[in-house]
Amino acid sequence: MKDLTFGTMIAVFEEMFGRGLFWFLVVAAVVITLAYIYVLIRDRSVSMKKFLWAQLSMPFGAVAAVALVLWVTKSSLSDLGGPIDVIIFLGIAALGAVGLSILVYTAGSLIAPPERSEG
Amino acid sequence: MNRRQFITLSAAGALLGASAHTAPAQTVKTSASIVIIGAGAAGTSLANRLVRRLDGAKITIVDPSERHLYQPGLSLVAAGLKPADYVVSSTAHWLPDGIDWIAEAATEIDPEARTVTTSGGQTVRYDFLVVAPGLVLDHDAIEGFSLDMVGENGIGALYAGPDHAARTWAAASKFTEEGGVGVFTRPATEMKCAGAPLKHTFLIDDIARTNGNAGKTEIIYANNSQALFGVPIVAEKVRMLFQDRGIAPALSHVLKRVDAGRRIATFDTPEGEKELGYDYLHVIPPQRAPDVVRQSGLSWADKWTDQGWVEVDMQTLRHLRYPDVFALGDVAGVPKGKTAASVKWQVPVVEDHLVAAIAGSEGTASYNGYTSCPMITRVGRAMLVEFDYQNNLVPSFPGIIAPLEELWISWLMKELALKPTYNAMLRGEA
Repeated sequence: MKDLTFGTMIAVFEEMFGRGLFWFLVVAAVVITLAYIYVLIRDRSVSMKKFLWAQLSMPFGAVAAVALVLWVTKSSLSDLGGPIDVIIFLGIAALGAVGLSILVYTAGSLIAPPERSEG
Repeated sequence: MNRRQFITLSAAGALLGASAHTAPAQTVKTSASIVIIGAGAAGTSLANRLVRRLDGAKITIVDPSERHLYQPGLSLVAAGLKPADYVVSSTAHWLPDGIDWIAEAATEIDPEARTVTTSGGQTVRYDFLVVAPGLVLDHDAIEGFSLDMVGENGIGALYAGPDHAARTWAAASKFTEEGGVGVFTRPATEMKCAGAPLKHTFLIDDIARTNGNAGKTEIIYANNSQALFGVPIVAEKVRMLFQDRGIAPALSHVLKRVDAGRRIATFDTPEGEKELGYDYLHVIPPQRAPDVVRQSGLSWADKWTDQGWVEVDMQTLRHLRYPDVFALGDVAGVPKGKTAASVKWQVPVVEDHLVAAIAGSEGTASYNGYTSCPMITRVGRAMLVEFDYQNNLVPSFPGIIAPLEELWISWLMKELALKPTYNAMLRGEA
C-alpha cells in the first residue's frame, strides 16, 4: 500500500460506507464512548449489577460482529487460512463483545440511574 | 460534567476527525495546456491530482464514455458474486470541476504539432499530453468468435465489460451445475491483470465444488507459454495450486479458433494446431493499444510491434522521443503494470514529473513496476500477490500478510477495501 497515511485511511473509509454514514458511525462511536465515561463519572462507581448484564451481553456482541462480517463478505469459518486470519477473527469478535458491553452498560445507566442511596 | 460541556466535547471530537483530511499540496502557477486522453482509472486520478497542484492550467480530458468501469470488479461479476452494476458509475461523477471534458474519442495525435483531434472534429493543442486511453480487446483476432456469442453455448468473456461479465456468469453457472469440460484461456499478448484468467478458473472450479459437482467437472487452463504466471515464484505457486485442485494446465496453447456449434476450441501450439472440446470456454482475446495511439508514431518501433504500446521510460513513464508526452496505465509500454494498483503507483510519478517540468525543474519520483493482484483462489480466500519489474515480491504488509498464502484477510480486503481504495484513488486521495 503506497502512502498509507491517516488521510488516505479516512478517504477509503468514506468511500466504503459513504461519507454521511461513515461520519455518522464515527460520531455515534464517540458519543457512546463519551456517554460511557459520563455515566462512570456521574455515578462515581461501577454498578456491579449493570456490569454483570454488560458481561452477559459480550458473547452476543462477539457472535453478532463475526456473523455480520462473514455475511457481508460471503465467507465462512472454513476460509480462515493462517495465523493473521485467526487474529483478525478474534479481533472482530473482541470489538463486537466490548462494543456491545459498553453500549449495554451505558444504556442501562442512562435509562435507570442508580438510586441516591446506592451512590 | 454537565450536559452542555458533554455535547461540546463530542462535537470537538467529531471536528478533530474531520480535520484529518489531506493537506493541500504546494501549487504551481502556470498557463500550460494539458491534454489527458482517457478518463479511466489513470486519467481521472491524474486530473484530480493536477487540479490541486496547478493554478491556472488548462486541463482537457478526452473520453467518449459516459460510463466509468471499475474493472477489478469484473471477475466478481463473472462469478456471480456481484451484480453487473457493481462496476458501473458515471464518468462525470469522478471528474473535478475546472477542467474541460470533451466527450468524444481521440482520433489523431500529432506529437510534432502537439495537437489531438477528436471524433467531433475538434483540434486541441497541448503543452503536455498524457496518453491513458486504456487498451482494446481484439475479439476479431479469434476466428469464429464474436461477442454476441457470450452467455450462450457455454461461452464466456468477462473482460468485455459488465454486461458480458454477467452473461459470462450465465454460461459459467450452468457449467458449475451440469459439469463437463471447462477450458480457460489467456492471450499471448501483454494483458491487463494477468491474474484475472486464473481467478476466473479458480472461482468457477470452487463454485462447482461447492455445488457438489467436483466429480463431474474437468478443468483445463490453456496457457500461452510454459510458465503459468510472468513472475517465476508466483508461477510455481500457481502450478502447486493447480495440482492440488486437479486443474490441468495445457501449456503453450494460444486460442485461435472457436467452433461454437461443435463446441471445439482450436489452439496454436508449438506442435501445430490442437483441438479441445469444451462445455464451457472462457475467451480472453489479444490486447493492443488503440489505433489512435498506434497511428501516432508514439509506439515502440522495435518492441511489441503487433501491440503498439507507448514508448516510455520504465521509471518516469515519460516518452523517450517526445518529453512533453507521458503514458499511463494499460497503454504504457513497460513490462508490467496493467492493473489498477499499478495505476495508483504510476499516477503520482507522472504528476511529479509533469508538475516539475512546468515549474522548470526535474522530477524525482520513480515507478518500480509495482503491480498487484489479490488472486482469488476460492470464494472466501485470496493470495495477495505484489511484485515489481525485477519479479521481486514486494509485500505491502511484510510479516503480517504472507504473499503466497491463501488467506481470508486477503479476500476481506478484495471484498471490502479494494473498491473504496480505488474510488479514493480516482478522487486523487489515495
